[in-house]
Amino acid sequence: MFVLVEMVDTVRIPPWQFERKLNDSIAEELNKKLANKVVYNVGLCICLFDITKLEDAYVFPGDGASHTKVSLGFFDDILIPPESLQQPAKFDEAEQVWVWEYETEEGAHDLYMDIGEEVRFRVVDESFVDTSPTGPSSAEATSSSEELPKKAAPYTLMGSISEPGLGLLSWWTSS
Amino acid sequence: MTGNLWKDANAALLSNYEVFQLLTDLKEQRKESGKNKHSSGQQNLNTITYETLKYISKTPCRHQSPEIVREFLTAMKSHKLTKAEKLQLLNHRPVTAVEIQLMVEESEERLTEEQIEALLHTVTSILPPGPEAEQQQSASDDVAMDEEDPA
Repeated sequence: MFVLVEMVDTVRIPPWQFERKLNDSIAEELNKKLANKVVYNVGLCICLFDITKLEDAYVFPGDGASHTKVSLGFFDDILIPPESLQQPAKFDEAEQVWVWEYETEEGAHDLYMDIGEEVRFRVVDESFVDTSPTGPSSAEATSSSEELPKKAAPYTLMGSISEPGLGLLSWWTSS
Repeated sequence: MTGNLWKDANAALLSNYEVFQLLTDLKEQRKESGKNKHSSGQQNLNTITYETLKYISKTPCRHQSPEIVREFLTAMKSHKLTKAEKLQLLNHRPVTAVEIQLMVEESEERLTEEQIEALLHTVTSILPPGPEAEQQQSASDDVAMDEEDPA
């Protein structure tokens, strides 16, 4: 889940930081640039691990409602589409939660996926969306729409809980 | 993000334990250096390290050590698993057969029931339980006091 990625970059240190140790300034700039940011096709960047080489410094750097959203705390753009829930699944309108209709010989058992419950999921796909700002488009100039375009998440994970052992932890631990 | 290139998008897999160590050390360093921690530029670093540490601290890596990880990897040699699979076992410390099936691809074809049991035994005897497992354990300990330790 966590990987070490090697990168090459040019970092600009403002002149008034020159007196600090160069490595510290560079580390601070890199962390400022990357920490808690998504790097396209790589993932969510946590922090700088190490500086391996310094070269010469030169002065001049959804259907959203039907998807189930899951969070890790430090990252929460994780979606589980309805077809990846434990099947058969139905959405309980009254409770506004998804339910796993678990079949046993005695009949169907309704297992509710209550909000806030801890789940185990498998990552099945990831998608990167380039959210760098684009120039104004002339087509939009004519229509006056008050709705702001939805902000797309730069990095989204698709999850699945449709295997034995996945889903609410409480479904699988013996009490 | 113009200007940076990544040389190796998957240079190395890191275990949760390594990330836990890294972030804990980083936290100490920043505490000691004192200055700048709250400047707006460092806010993102604060947020991500805090949240990630919070997540990792609830997992089994919490009580791991370099010696334990080394012992685990040595014991794993005989089980013929891929590096990614061993990492999953290390990070999650499965205690049931169904968890093994999730973490080991095609486990029904590669492992017999006895091998799965042996794998579980290796994992649970070498790796210490995580903080959440401990809570469950102390709850069931009250009931199991009379049972003799089979080992």
